[in-house]
Amino acid sequence: MGSSQSMSEEVRELVGKTGFSSDQIEQLHRRFKQLSGNQPTIRKENFNNIPDLELNPIRSKIIRAFFDNRNLRKAPSGLADEINFEDFLTIMSYFRPIETNVGEEQLEHCRKEKLRFLFHMYDSDSDGRITLEEYRNVVEELLSGNPHIEKESARSIADGAMMEAASVCVGQMQPDQVYEGITFDDFLKIWQGIDIETKMHVRFLNMETIALCH
Amino acid sequence: VTGLGAVREGRLAFPAWGLLFLALWMLPRVLGMEENPEHNNHGNEGFQIVTFKWDHVQDPYIIALWILVASLAKIVFHLSHKVTSVVPESALLIVLGLILGGIVWAADHIASFTLTPTLFFFYLLPPIVLDAGYFMPNRLFFGNLGTILLYAVIGTVWNAATTGLSLYGVYLSGIMGELRIGLLDFLLFGSLIAAVDPVAVLAVFEEVHVNEVLFIIVFGESLLNDAVTVVLYNVFDSFVSLGADKVTGVDCVKGIVSFFVVSMGGTLIGVIFAFLLSLVTRFTKHVRIIEPGFVFIISYLSYLTSEMLSLSAILAITFCGMCCQKYVKANISEQSATTVRYTMKMLASGAETIIFMFLGISAVDPYIWTWNTAFILLTLVFISVYRVIGVVLQTWLLNKYRMVQLEIIDQVVMSYGGLRGAVAYALVVLLDENKVKEKNLFVSTTIIVVFFTVIFQGLTIKPLVQWLKVKKSEHREPKLNEKLHGRAFDHILSAIEDISGQIGHNYLRDKWSNFDRKVLSKLLMRRSAQKSRDRILNVFHELNLKDAISYVAEGERRGSLAFIRSPSTDNIVNVDFSTPRPSTVEASVSYLLRENVSTVCLDMQALEQRRRSIRDTEDTVTHHTLQQYLYKPRQEYKHLYSRHELTSNEDEKQDKEIFHRTMRKRLESFKSTKLGINQTKKTAKLYKRERGQKRRNSSIPNGKIPMESPTHDFAFKEKELEFSDPEETNEYEVEPMSGGIEFLASVTQDTATDSTTGETGSDVPLTGYSSPREKLPSWKPDQPYDGKPPETSPKTNSSQNNPLPVNPEELGGPGPKAPQEKRTLLNMHAHLRSAAARRVQSRRSFHRPKPLRYPKLQKLASLPQSCHILPHSLEQEETQL
Repeated sequence: MGSSQSMSEEVRELVGKTGFSSDQIEQLHRRFKQLSGNQPTIRKENFNNIPDLELNPIRSKIIRAFFDNRNLRKAPSGLADEINFEDFLTIMSYFRPIETNVGEEQLEHCRKEKLRFLFHMYDSDSDGRITLEEYRNVVEELLSGNPHIEKESARSIADGAMMEAASVCVGQMQPDQVYEGITFDDFLKIWQGIDIETKMHVRFLNMETIALCH
Repeated sequence: VTGLGAVREGRLAFPAWGLLFLALWMLPRVLGMEENPEHNNHGNEGFQIVTFKWDHVQDPYIIALWILVASLAKIVFHLSHKVTSVVPESALLIVLGLILGGIVWAADHIASFTLTPTLFFFYLLPPIVLDAGYFMPNRLFFGNLGTILLYAVIGTVWNAATTGLSLYGVYLSGIMGELRIGLLDFLLFGSLIAAVDPVAVLAVFEEVHVNEVLFIIVFGESLLNDAVTVVLYNVFDSFVSLGADKVTGVDCVKGIVSFFVVSMGGTLIGVIFAFLLSLVTRFTKHVRIIEPGFVFIISYLSYLTSEMLSLSAILAITFCGMCCQKYVKANISEQSATTVRYTMKMLASGAETIIFMFLGISAVDPYIWTWNTAFILLTLVFISVYRVIGVVLQTWLLNKYRMVQLEIIDQVVMSYGGLRGAVAYALVVLLDENKVKEKNLFVSTTIIVVFFTVIFQGLTIKPLVQWLKVKKSEHREPKLNEKLHGRAFDHILSAIEDISGQIGHNYLRDKWSNFDRKVLSKLLMRRSAQKSRDRILNVFHELNLKDAISYVAEGERRGSLAFIRSPSTDNIVNVDFSTPRPSTVEASVSYLLRENVSTVCLDMQALEQRRRSIRDTEDTVTHHTLQQYLYKPRQEYKHLYSRHELTSNEDEKQDKEIFHRTMRKRLESFKSTKLGINQTKKTAKLYKRERGQKRRNSSIPNGKIPMESPTHDFAFKEKELEFSDPEETNEYEVEPMSGGIEFLASVTQDTATDSTTGETGSDVPLTGYSSPREKLPSWKPDQPYDGKPPETSPKTNSSQNNPLPVNPEELGGPGPKAPQEKRTLLNMHAHLRSAAARRVQSRRSFHRPKPLRYPKLQKLASLPQSCHILPHSLEQEETQL
């Protein structure tokens, strides 16, 4: 491709920041432009053009995550209106597979980062807690793909999951004790023992595999 | 060759059975001797009352005996945990086979039983492979499909080619001496010895518990390489019969083409039959009892069909199992699913046992042994070395693309796990001696290789895995959160792939699951199943069920199920139950149930029971308790015999309902806790509703609600009072206790005294010596408060003539912290009342004739006011009937 020669200063900077290879960045940039319609920034509406996304039950949550200031590492809360390519890459880099030769510490860091992204998706009001309401909301959306499941059962599943979370994080609860919601620490506890690094990754190819945006 | 090939030569004389069969052998002898005189006596009368027809039953009899021996051997092996934890079962079975074979040989000098290819391929292999396919973790399998395919195809070809060629090379050097074989024979041998054997791999790896990725790779390889083996084997077999000089390039191309046809065709057959099977199970609602049969028959047909079309039968049945599992599991009833599961496991493990045992037995036959040290040793060396080289090369290639890297340790295990087994043996036996001149050498070598890999490698792989600290598989309970997050993950990842515009794993999976949901599930699943098929729902359901069960177990431990009804579930530990138990051994609810209820419960709950609880033995009982305790009265006994019906649907419905009730309660309590709502009020309300309902329920069946006693009304008022009582905690302390004992009492009473005429408690000496009267004193928390401890005995004595078996120290039993107000005391009665209502329910589920207890009641009600309290509670117990 010869991109290494023509690699601009900007791309090099992005490589350092996000860890993508320059080929991948180029490929993603092409995609970015495709999505944005050759604009420098992407707005929420642009995501609606992706046909495959339409069937995704938690579409809105995912799109929202792209604009979440916490994920963009810009502000502790709030949503951005539009994101540029660098932000786009920042979000994408959450899904980069962890390199095999990193140290234990680095691994832990990556793990936490990935989980934080997930946590932010659940915690929609940015108060550092996944409350029951928020959890229910997520579960309802998750199960919305199945038309046979009533809202009621989705709610009770969320309740059950919350209870389980409470029992994992707090242990035996007193009757008057109130579990307000899952904090990030609790969230880490729930995820203990699950290799998130092997799960939460997308293989970013160097080449373009499809041109989807019809 | 018939399917009973193993016993084809079952014409062995009786004495040949050897030591192990001495007894079995004696039996017919003895019978025969008994018969003989009779026979003689009756002379030629033509009709014999008893005849001895060994020939008539010989074949099936011997088969059954072998199976029995193998199964018994398994029992014996597992008697010693030490042995089985070190030596894999497969190795033990082979050794046993060798011994048995030796015995038979010593007695008979004929190798009567061998593992014939027909027997193996038609009857023993399919169940094992079907089991593997049906329980295949599909996601894991398809996630690693690329890796598996590479190992299965390239790896096997590599092994076959290198082993065959190297052996040929060495042969040319002359070490092996003179053999009548050419290059093609070597390649043929290489191709049959190259394949890793699914049976052996399963048998050994199942005991090793390596992590699931490693397992699926080795195991998947062993399953999928079948197509390669079959093709290579057939190709070289036909080449050998053609003769080396007549093989043309066209034939080679044909061979390659046939590989694709065989593998794809086999897979396709499997998928088609899976489709058929799923479709059939969609409509089996009214023939539940034969439902499980379809799974086996149709899968087996897929195997036979592809065998008929000379496609890869193993692939066919594997894919049939893999593809149908989702739909079949959703379609068939839970009982059928359990049946399928157990039957499949039973068949598979039985087949495996027989295979290994027969491998051992088959080896004892001097006629097949041709020793060629160089050939045998070199084969062993080559297959091991080339396996290692192949694995390392392929892994190196794969690691460039794999997310989860295969470490050196994994590679070691994979190389070492390349076990050869019965497939190779069956294939080598299939060879035609006229074409392959050195068939016997091949056979002996194969046997040695199989024994070496299964016994030696099987023995050493466990220590090796431990020594290398290979990541083990961990069994984890399904967690709801995990499932939810996992689901969210799938969506997120596929969304990211969509957004970044790539076709990846997730993209494909997402597309597939959409297609599955929209088309396949609609077509292949029952409507009801479509509803509940969601994995998350299933996990939720399973967890809930487990909760409910553990609740009951917990309740039993504490001696009461009452706390299930109590909204604050987890903090009632401070009730002391040490004294109220008169005879600790026998008083447990489960004991009583076990003792007395068994005749009532004729259903097959035990089979349904599939959750592994800590107390396995108690599980079934627990289940009964759950049903009987919480449940509406069943109808009369079902002692109808029906071939087509197993259990009534009612059970299921009831299960579900119990479940919902318990869960609702828990959630309710949780919500209130969670949301910080004033718990007292809410729970009280809930409680009231619940109880009201219960009371209604329990009073309806009899049709006559006795309202004659004034105390009843009194209780009513008290009940209202109680609910406005802010001292909830006090209540909880008391509640479980009373409930528990009441329950116990009721059980005893019901089960043991349905004959005694309806008196309030004059249970004549009971089983377990635990009459309800005995417990009565202990639930009288009012004693210290009222200062009228003796009121129990006089009164009960007055109502009946039986002396009370009350121990003095029990009377002084530790009533829960003496309530300070009269109101609290009265609460007690309301509670007792509810306990009584509950009891009524439980009692009714025992289907006992209900004794009339009114007269007594009147008597009690007319007791002086000071004794009011107890009569009142008694009345509550009785009137509900």
